[in-house]
Amino acid sequence: MFGWSELVPAFPEILVLSMACVVLLVGLFTDKKKGGFIVFLSVITMMFAAILTLKDHVAGVEFTKTVIFNGTFIRDEFGDMLKVVVYLLMISVFFYAKQYLRQHDNLQGEYFALLLFATLGIMVMISGHNFIALYLGLELLALSSYALVAYNRNDLNGNEAAMKYFILGALASGMLLYGMSLIYGAVGTLQINEISQAIAGQNNDMFLVLGLIFVIVGIGFKLGAAPFHMWVPDVYEGAPTATTLFIASAPKIAAFALAVRILGQSLDVLMIHWQSMLATLAIVSIIVGNLFALQQTNLKRLFAYSTISHIGFMLLGLVGGAEGIAASMFYIIVYTIMAVGGFGMIVLLSNKGMEADQIADFKGLNQRSGWYAFLMLLLVASMAGFPPLIGFFSKLYVLKAVIDQGHIILAAVAVIFAVIGAFYYLKIIKVMYFEESETDQAIDASFDVKTVLSINALAQLGLLVLLPVLFQYCIRVTGSL
Amino acid sequence: MDMKTTLMIIAFAPLVAAAIAGLFGRQVGRIGAHTITIGAVGLSCVLSVRVLLQFINGEATPFNENLYTWMVTGDLSMHVGFMVDSLTAIMMTVVTFVSLMVHIYTIGYMSEDPGYQRFFSYISLFTFAMLMLVMANNFMQLFFGWEAVGLVSYLLIGFWYKKETAIFANMKAFLVNRVGDFGFLLGIGAVLMTFGTLDYVEVFNQAPQMADKTITIIGDNQWSMMTVICICLFIGAMGKSAQAPLHVWLPDSMEGPTPISALIHAATMVTAGIFMVSRMSPLFEMSDTALSFVMLIGAFTAFFMGLIGIVQNDIKRVIAYSTLSQLGYMTVALGVSAYSAAIFHLMTHAFFKALLFLGAGSVIIAMHHKQDMQEMGGLKKYMPITFITAWVGTLALVGFPGLSGYFSKDAIIVATGLSDRWGSDVAYIAVLLGVFVTSLYSFRLLYLTFHGKERMDHHTKEHLHESPWVVTLPLVLLAIPSIFIGWMTIEPLLFGGFMNDAIVVNPTNDVVKEIGLYHFDTTAGFALHGFVTLPFYLMLAGFAVATYIYMKNRALASTIKKQLAPIHRVLENKYGFDAFNQKFIAGGSVKLGEALWKWSDSKLIDGWIVNGSAKLINKVSVGIRSIQSGYVFHYALVMVVSVIVFIGIYVFK
Amino acid sequence: MIASYFPILLFLAVATGLGIALMSLGLLFGTRKTNDEKISAYECGFEAFDDAHMKFDVRFYLVAILFIIFDLEIAFLFPWSVVLEELGGFGLVSMFIFLFLLVIGFIYEWKKGALEWE
Repeated sequence: MFGWSELVPAFPEILVLSMACVVLLVGLFTDKKKGGFIVFLSVITMMFAAILTLKDHVAGVEFTKTVIFNGTFIRDEFGDMLKVVVYLLMISVFFYAKQYLRQHDNLQGEYFALLLFATLGIMVMISGHNFIALYLGLELLALSSYALVAYNRNDLNGNEAAMKYFILGALASGMLLYGMSLIYGAVGTLQINEISQAIAGQNNDMFLVLGLIFVIVGIGFKLGAAPFHMWVPDVYEGAPTATTLFIASAPKIAAFALAVRILGQSLDVLMIHWQSMLATLAIVSIIVGNLFALQQTNLKRLFAYSTISHIGFMLLGLVGGAEGIAASMFYIIVYTIMAVGGFGMIVLLSNKGMEADQIADFKGLNQRSGWYAFLMLLLVASMAGFPPLIGFFSKLYVLKAVIDQGHIILAAVAVIFAVIGAFYYLKIIKVMYFEESETDQAIDASFDVKTVLSINALAQLGLLVLLPVLFQYCIRVTGSL
Repeated sequence: MDMKTTLMIIAFAPLVAAAIAGLFGRQVGRIGAHTITIGAVGLSCVLSVRVLLQFINGEATPFNENLYTWMVTGDLSMHVGFMVDSLTAIMMTVVTFVSLMVHIYTIGYMSEDPGYQRFFSYISLFTFAMLMLVMANNFMQLFFGWEAVGLVSYLLIGFWYKKETAIFANMKAFLVNRVGDFGFLLGIGAVLMTFGTLDYVEVFNQAPQMADKTITIIGDNQWSMMTVICICLFIGAMGKSAQAPLHVWLPDSMEGPTPISALIHAATMVTAGIFMVSRMSPLFEMSDTALSFVMLIGAFTAFFMGLIGIVQNDIKRVIAYSTLSQLGYMTVALGVSAYSAAIFHLMTHAFFKALLFLGAGSVIIAMHHKQDMQEMGGLKKYMPITFITAWVGTLALVGFPGLSGYFSKDAIIVATGLSDRWGSDVAYIAVLLGVFVTSLYSFRLLYLTFHGKERMDHHTKEHLHESPWVVTLPLVLLAIPSIFIGWMTIEPLLFGGFMNDAIVVNPTNDVVKEIGLYHFDTTAGFALHGFVTLPFYLMLAGFAVATYIYMKNRALASTIKKQLAPIHRVLENKYGFDAFNQKFIAGGSVKLGEALWKWSDSKLIDGWIVNGSAKLINKVSVGIRSIQSGYVFHYALVMVVSVIVFIGIYVFK
Repeated sequence: MIASYFPILLFLAVATGLGIALMSLGLLFGTRKTNDEKISAYECGFEAFDDAHMKFDVRFYLVAILFIIFDLEIAFLFPWSVVLEELGGFGLVSMFIFLFLLVIGFIYEWKKGALEWE
């Protein structure tokens, strides 16, 4: 039975839910031209959620896990760290979305309400301690995302993308749910911790392995790992850039949390099985992502394929034992920061009626603005994993963990394709610095967006200072699961 | 405020200011940018002086603490930490003071430049990098600061990025410094290999046990490990402190704005090498070979670079060559184990050379950015403050007894004379002759610029006037220490054992102590004694020659030029260093690059690997592309087939 | 374990059997007379006998979806009311929150004009 005090650990979620409703209503009564207040509300929500989440982590005081709502919801350090990252990502998403929607004269409350609902979904996925709770979070996120992709009602590409996303997402959700039901059939419980105890000693059960496969398909789809990646390029390209930016960031963290909760925490006994499955997904993703990215001329599509390869790297980390999970966590956090910045740059360069989503749109950026070219250089170089940027270290940690586990061939393949991948990143840099600009249009953005973008890109350097601290945190929180 | 907080503020205030001025330049505006950066550097300067005073009064003990552990890999841990002792305190004060002067001066010098905020951001960043370098307590951070100052100096030399020569100069500075850095990095690597740690204190503590350690490099020759380490580290110092033959970047770097010339080429960056060798004195003391090498390189630089200064006509270039020559003096001092004398000269030189550079800048402003001395002359009428301060700076530079330059330079000369290190006789002759040369080019500069006929064109002449107060104030403020600082500090610094906590000298090598015992009674006595020594007469000789040629008989200059045409040509060509580099090193590497490009790149990499793989990928992706068709049912099919494959593999294996 | 699924199998068999039985009874004993009213479009807008691949007004979907939402809400209220005694005040408040959220959704659709045909 519930007690009122059980609500306390879930305050951040409650806050986000309430504010999503408030934003929805405020949006109804706000003029399209002035949406600043809506953005302000959304940002404030994230800040307060961060405060609510962090207030239980006082220096010197041991944080204890709390499981509430009949064991369906957990507050632990792992979840809280990911949530704080999600808040920060969402704050930048809000700013970029504001810029993008302003450009397109389409700034409405729904967009931000949907983003907040999606955030709630993400938070539930991070904190879910029960298959149903995880699934609910996932669906909340997915449904909001579908709507966000189709946000621009008159855009045929967007609608097509949303349709594909919806149909394939439904298929994947079905598979995930089917997998969960098979596992439930085998062990008779949906609780994360109870499953782990129940399957100890019966790791060859066909039901379990079958269930595991379907669950992995579901997770693989959400992450966009090959061969369940087919939606990624189409959706990334078709969706409004602000939505692409969102889909590429915080939901990846949620999917990571989902993977860790389901695979690492509840199905840990089946590790031998899922490790080899994930290794397959990882290698296929790295190969497919990098090879396809080479040929793209559309930057959003290119980033889509690059996301696939990054997800491959992240999955590779999950193969690398305990340290590998920490490395994965670090990788996904770093990646989402880079992705937000990369898409943010597209948003920044876009104008009304013109999406700067072709590589050609970045021609001669250095002449137009040296600063933005430099920021983009940082972001792209970090994605490519050039030392000494943060993206290099995140790859390094993953590879180290994988090699420590003795998977040298996996690591070698990953490195080879990462090097091939560097080529298309270099192409962007080359275009920015060594080609003539086709337009001399001034880059027009509000101060807050510029600041957010600068912070975002400079983080590629600045996080170096925090590198060991961050990684130590990742090790600690994944160790305390 | 405890020491740690103080030091954090000193180091990070300029960084914060640089970030604000750089990132929010447009928001804070011009006034905001210079207020913030000057405020921050001023704060650093005041606190540095306080720290120095604490050391002078004996209130402070050397501080050594790790602030932040950056990374631990295996046994090696990398930290950010500060080690502050008397040596560091002096460097901090010099760096922040000169930097503060340059900041103020920049307000006037750059007032019309569109990149105003960017410039302030750079120089503040430079101050930060330099402070990190001198305050480091480990090689890792030293290297960070080393590279950071290099990077910022690269940005600053090329500040006017639309000027072709500036771009060439900063490229040159960058490349030459890479050569030095390569040696430096090898040195750090050797330290790590030998000691297994990068922490100063641990390295210095272990050093005595490593004295006999040897290493085989080529063939069977056994090299002393210490010699290898020290020479490698010194190669780094040669790049940064512009010692021959890695000096070529410094004169060219005059293409940057004048405040930069003053900041980088007088007080801070070029002294990094001198500082580093002094800091590493426990290591260098263990290798006489390395010290001889250091000394000879320094002696060569001191004399021959001074000679080039005589034939230059660009006012800033003369001072640049003078800097090279003075750096040579400091290096000689290092080579004869007179580290404290080197630091002493570094400090006095920082003041009077910054003064000279800023004075030259003031002249350049008045001349509408013309730098050719042949088109100046007679400026004393128009710019009295600049004129007087330039005389002060010159007298200090040539070592007129009683002024700051005299004490430090004479200490070096005497120390070299007393040293019995291999090759010290050659070095002694070089530094003695160097005094004559210094005097000659210095007075030549003064005469051509401030005295004699007014040779500028009519238009320029009409607009001649003294520079604004923001330019002259730093001149005056720098002139004061240029006169007195030597007088005030020689005794504690050289003979009072002030730097005993930082510098280690073998008793057998301790020439400075010898000076203290046999040649130094009181400061005044030492100054008076200066009037009867050989360097004084050499200096007078230089003065006389310069006066005769440039004041009395100007025709003689061109006669000498004709008579000694071959020598003049050699000097004009700067001994052919540039031509050699251009032709053989740059040209050679371009050729090599071309060859590599033709053969390996275009054939092997482009032809086989890139294009070949691109072709392969094309073929593959044409096949796969039919799957990425855009049709949802194809996508769904791929998913379902993949699931079936997975089930086939893992369930029915 | 499979045995525990037997009731479901039984249920499927009975449902299929019942369905077939009812339909065949209608076929066997029913009378078939068409008139205009019978074959005209129903409220949903579909022609009674037409190609299944036809296009039709998207507004029907909107109404249908809105209907489903509130329909499900009622479906949720039934089990809740049965156990309300056990849930006590907490359950009551929870349901109010739930309804409140629905009301917000209702305000939204109303204000957006989703309830108006044009």
